[in-house]
Amino acid sequence: MTNLGLPDPEQLAARILRGERAAVASGLNLLDNRLPAARSRAVRLLACLSGERWLTAGHLIGVTGPPGAGKSSLVSAMIREWRLAGTTVGVLAVDPSSRPELGGGALLGDRIRIKTPAQDEGLFIRSLANRNQLGGVAGEVWPMSWLMLACFDIVVIETVGVGQTEIDIAEIGDTVCYVAQPASGDTIQYLKSGIIEIPDIFAVNKADLGAAARKTASEIGRSAPRQDRREGWDYPVCLLSATMNTGISEFHAHFDRHRRFLVAAGLLARQRSQHQSAWVLRLLKEEFGSFGLELVGGRAAIEKRLGEYRSSQFEEYERMREHILSRLLSVNQPTLSP
Amino acid sequence: MVAPRKNRDQPWLMRTYSGHSSARASNALYRTNLAKGQTGLSVAFDLPTQTGYDADSPLARGEVGKVGVPISSIEDMDQLFDQIPLDQMNTSMTINATAAWLLSLYIGLAQRRGIDPKKLSGTTQNDIIKEYLSRGTYIYPPGPSMRLIADTINYTVKNVPKWNPTNVCSYHLQEAGATPVQELAYALCTAMAVLDRVKASGEVPPEEFPQVVERISFFVNAGIRFIEECCKLRAFGEMWDELTLTRYQVTDPKLRRFRYGVQVNSLGLTEAQPENNVQRIVLEMLAVALSKRARARAIQLPAWNEAMGLPRPWDQQWALRMQQVMAFETDLLEYGDILDGSPVIAAKVSELIAGARREIENVEAQGGIIAAIESGYIKRELVGSHMSRLRAIESGELKIIGVNCFQETAESPLTTGSDGAIMKSDPAAERQQIERLQEHRRQRNDADVRAALQGLGDAAKSGDNIMPSSIRCALAGVTTGEWGDALRAVFGEFRPPTGVDIAIDSREVLGRKDQVTEIRDRVARTGSALGRPLKILVGKPGLDGHSNGAEQVAVKARDVGFEVVYDGIRLTPQQIAQAAQEEGVHVVGLSILSGSHMELVGSVLQELRARDLAALPVVAGGIIPPADAERLLALGVRAIYTPKDFNLNAIMGDIVDVVRENNGLERLGLLS
Ligand code: B12
Ligand SMILES: Nc1nc2c(ncn2[C@@H]2O[C@H](COP(=O)(O)OP(=O)(O)O)[C@@H](O)[C@H]2O)c(=O)[nH]1
Ligand SMILES: [Mg+2]
Repeated sequence: MTNLGLPDPEQLAARILRGERAAVASGLNLLDNRLPAARSRAVRLLACLSGERWLTAGHLIGVTGPPGAGKSSLVSAMIREWRLAGTTVGVLAVDPSSRPELGGGALLGDRIRIKTPAQDEGLFIRSLANRNQLGGVAGEVWPMSWLMLACFDIVVIETVGVGQTEIDIAEIGDTVCYVAQPASGDTIQYLKSGIIEIPDIFAVNKADLGAAARKTASEIGRSAPRQDRREGWDYPVCLLSATMNTGISEFHAHFDRHRRFLVAAGLLARQRSQHQSAWVLRLLKEEFGSFGLELVGGRAAIEKRLGEYRSSQFEEYERMREHILSRLLSVNQPTLSP
Repeated sequence: MVAPRKNRDQPWLMRTYSGHSSARASNALYRTNLAKGQTGLSVAFDLPTQTGYDADSPLARGEVGKVGVPISSIEDMDQLFDQIPLDQMNTSMTINATAAWLLSLYIGLAQRRGIDPKKLSGTTQNDIIKEYLSRGTYIYPPGPSMRLIADTINYTVKNVPKWNPTNVCSYHLQEAGATPVQELAYALCTAMAVLDRVKASGEVPPEEFPQVVERISFFVNAGIRFIEECCKLRAFGEMWDELTLTRYQVTDPKLRRFRYGVQVNSLGLTEAQPENNVQRIVLEMLAVALSKRARARAIQLPAWNEAMGLPRPWDQQWALRMQQVMAFETDLLEYGDILDGSPVIAAKVSELIAGARREIENVEAQGGIIAAIESGYIKRELVGSHMSRLRAIESGELKIIGVNCFQETAESPLTTGSDGAIMKSDPAAERQQIERLQEHRRQRNDADVRAALQGLGDAAKSGDNIMPSSIRCALAGVTTGEWGDALRAVFGEFRPPTGVDIAIDSREVLGRKDQVTEIRDRVARTGSALGRPLKILVGKPGLDGHSNGAEQVAVKARDVGFEVVYDGIRLTPQQIAQAAQEEGVHVVGLSILSGSHMELVGSVLQELRARDLAALPVVAGGIIPPADAERLLALGVRAIYTPKDFNLNAIMGDIVDVVRENNGLERLGLLS
């Protein structure tokens, strides 16, 4: 295999920061690429993009909920509002893959729901398959969302979650929204499981269905305030309809309000840096195993190191990765080409 | 030689579905067809007219006058019916989202010619539900669309009483893969949705409602399994009779008759050995002609070269002659119902009825057909049925002569002519239509136009019947695009679910299992070699609504391990190129059956180049004549697939190789 066709990360980063769509697309392709040569470049790309901005700028929004609840329709309704206000939006829409023994393919059907007026340069949608990774989110979503954050005001991540394992979304978004399907078993499950702790905003969609939607909203309303996750945040429950376009602007306003809350409480940067180090750890572990982690001092030491470089964790990641690689290479004779 | 009996039944109406290039050219065609003994007209409109765009709209580029006649204003309507007496003609118009408009143009023209609209007879297809499910020329969301249908019914029942304002279609469902039971169930659900909507409008007093029920006619399909199809039509009759009595309390049995027209199945007509299609067409016609009790009122037949492209006048004449031989030479029309009393037929009819009842209950339980369209349920069922059919063809379980068996053939003299044995619409038609339209806009009175459009918008908002203001628009010289846009502004637009997200393991038939396993392995290996799973964009550029091929390619690609992006029909080349870029796909597959492949593929390639994606491989499929395929390959398209490439596994294997080659990997060749 040649490395031909893999882009130069420095140049790519500059183009991404200028908001060039072609560069954003190839950057996302690079972050998705698992070839060793691509990995090094992907890490370089992230390192080139990182900076203070990644802790303070933009807004990362996670939208989760059972299939068919209307996540994509709601995202679409919100995009309309953002675009009217001139805010640019990047979307990562994650759909489930079929099981590996069934070929592992996927139909990525969210674009059609998040319908876009032709030729809107301020909106960029990338669909992804979850590739059977636990938690409903592919590991690739993390770095992709940061890449998008480098050039869009708002980044929305839509993932299917049915209430059991989708902890990952909590480690991605600044603000997490759960979209409930009126009167569905999924929602009841959700309320029972501990995961009700995760969302910051609840949306009960399909208010046009009437009583069922109102009932679900009041059930959630009763459970949501019981949690005492964060002082000063009210965990709003919105009853709305994506198709009838009702309740959207109130719903929409909660996102900005939540972001302001995070900033005021000093949580935005803290949360992001936690999320980033969680991802770096996960990735180092996935690539090199526990043995690899030991080569740079073990989990606790890595966390500490990352904590010291809050605004440049990816540069630190790159250094650790290179260190591990060189240690490994000095043990085995080099077979990898950089 | 035995002389025919005197007391023969009247034959059905004989039509040929036609229209092309321009109103003038189509008018000439209609008049020759009538001279050949055709007894009614069936108008095929071009796609811009069907989707409410003017000929000079950017979305109409390459589509004007291609698959039907462009009608931009009352002047075109006038030319289309030049020297054809409207009060004596029975005119069927295949028009749906813009049905209220085309009917207004027809009524407006009659008024202008001094003909009483009460004397007009004919049909507007006007069934939006099957547009969402199969035919693809929808514009507005379900709610307002159903209202437009109710408006035309309410209006015609009072003012154009001989008109069939809506033709509930199961024809198109079968063309999208529906089984006989699905056809029965969904068509009857549609009819209920329409009648319920009219009832709810309150415009018709209860004692006149039976007249509304009587005006509902159907447009049905008949496939090659002609005994089952014959039973399906008898089942339709029985179920309609019962439903109109129990649900709508129509006591007069005459008003409960199941009236239907037919076009026989085209989905099963083949590109390979196309002469065999003649037998198929005749057998299919038998299904709807055989039993007197369930005989079609009107028949139109496809031509032998259906899968090759548009029919020429001679091809259509041949199809008309099939009907005439059946009606006038055979003794079919001399007998009563020859199937009455057959226990075999009765049992099959009951079986179909039982199946259809179950499915109707199922749909009703989901909140009715509109809800089941919005949720994607019915579309998924249709995609699933079509998938089963194609996989049975692939595996050889379902035999198609000349396609998956008996492929050897002598060279056919039918296909060797210099015209490729198909009709080519006039390449100058688009430019001429645009000039004609622009001239029309200059001639008309702008103040009248503005006032008429204002009235239309007001009616749309207030809920008043849309017909009077539309007829005023027609007379004022409003254009098709202006009418469509005025309502878009009030109603918005709608894209229905694509239905391709069927569960992978919900159907048993996977096609040839061994091949599937082999391709999955190739897809996975190629993905690993390239660093990420193979991703394909299946795109439908232009106004073309033929989604079957794209859907089946998308489902198969998913089943063999691709990550698949498919956003449905009617996208612009820009939207497709933009999606290809944002999604980072390895290959783009375009599907085009409307005949506009040269323009559309060219534009997509250009848009891709404009986005730094010149190296992204593009393949295309659909109705693409061999000479055009050569030209497309020369433009840089990597592979072209047409209906004779029925084996989707083989196509997938080939696409994997296209991707491999594009990335410097060796081709893996044919599947074992
Ligand atoms: C079924 C059908 C319909 C159905 C479509 C249902 C649906 N949702 O798809 C209905 C009844 C709705 C319909 C309507 C019309 N139709 Co029609 N229809 C056909 C028919 C009979 C079969 C097409 C089909 O679905 N085949 C089955 C699929 C699986 O095959 P396929 O699409 O060819 O795909 C195969 C290959 O081509 C290839 N392929 C195709 N696309 C792709 C893409 C990729 C990426 C790849 C890899 C491969 C690939 O792989 C597939 C597997 O073998 C054809 C004639 C024929 N027998 O081919 C006419 C035909 C396509 N229709 C035609 C016309 C004119 C119309 C109308 C426009 C008429 C009108 N004036 O209103 C309407 C309007 C439709 C619209 N909105 O655009 C013409 C087109 C003429 C032309 N090209 O010059 C045809 C050729 C008939 C004719 N001879 O007149 N139609
Ligand atoms: N009745 C109703 N249906 C809705 C509403 N929002 C979305 N839907 C429908 O719910 C289905 C699933 O929507 P989608 O946005 O794709 O859901 P997702 O799977 O959660 O992304 C679609 O058929 C939508 O038309 C709503 O507000 N009311
Ligand atoms: Mg979705």
